[in-house]
Amino acid sequence: MIQDHGQIREIRHDRNTESLDLSFWPGSLPLKQRWRNNGLSADFLGDYVTTFFPLDETDPSTRARQSEIRGAVSFIANELLENAMKFHDESLPEPITMRLCLFPEEIVFQQGNATGSEAADSFRAFVERLRDSDPNELYIQQLEEGAVSEGSAGLGYLTMINDYGAELAWRFEPLVSHGFRVTTQVTIKI
Amino acid sequence: MHCFSGEGYKIELDDTSNTVRMSGALRLGGLSEYAPISELLENALDGREALIIDLSALEFLNSSGIATLSKFVITARNRNDCRLAIQGSNAIAWQGKSLNNLKRLMPALELNFD
Repeated sequence: MIQDHGQIREIRHDRNTESLDLSFWPGSLPLKQRWRNNGLSADFLGDYVTTFFPLDETDPSTRARQSEIRGAVSFIANELLENAMKFHDESLPEPITMRLCLFPEEIVFQQGNATGSEAADSFRAFVERLRDSDPNELYIQQLEEGAVSEGSAGLGYLTMINDYGAELAWRFEPLVSHGFRVTTQVTIKI
Repeated sequence: MHCFSGEGYKIELDDTSNTVRMSGALRLGGLSEYAPISELLENALDGREALIIDLSALEFLNSSGIATLSKFVITARNRNDCRLAIQGSNAIAWQGKSLNNLKRLMPALELNFD
């Protein structure tokens, strides 16, 4: 059964939706070698969207807006790709996917990867905790208590929510064999 | 001058101006990869009355890097033996969004933007 935490948007490919899709099969190259591609892909997405926010030399605010949107897209895409590389289960026959959709008032990221059942359970518990808490307090608490660990995705998500005003949602979709396909959706207003 | 660098970034400790300059784009893969940077920052507090962390040329920092910087600020606050200032840039979008959180961790932190 598909389980959603928050509202996952169904993306239609029509003339009103500008979108980019990337997919990777991480097993084909060691993580260490692939890590630099997160930054390259994230910067590419950030630069790509600037076309839709052109500069007007007579209006200095357009430069700040373009820089802010490029920075937000690049930061969020990089975090999502880093998480995907860290938590993807290579034994499952699924790619890591990243989709960026540009709507008139929002940018939506949907990042998918596969994970084993046990890892999906603990991630689901984390998602519920995140959705039930005050993100500003949780951020400070995680840092003060030294709760930030090597395998934690928490601070990245909390930074998106607190600093970029992002809305997050997740989908857990059981795979035919075993494990889940997990989709993380991040929406920012533009 | 203590200095080290990796692909796309550079960290320098300038003893004469009591400044650590971080520049480029930092996207290391987790806290353990940031450990040498944490060590340089924490050692820089030793025997100083004041330290400036200059981020005005740091174009990108991932969340593991933000966590590293935040932990360092908590350490400086708890040691309470060295004044800390952070220099940011208004031209770099992430800094305007994320550096203010450091003031919440350490109210005595001096945060400046050029």
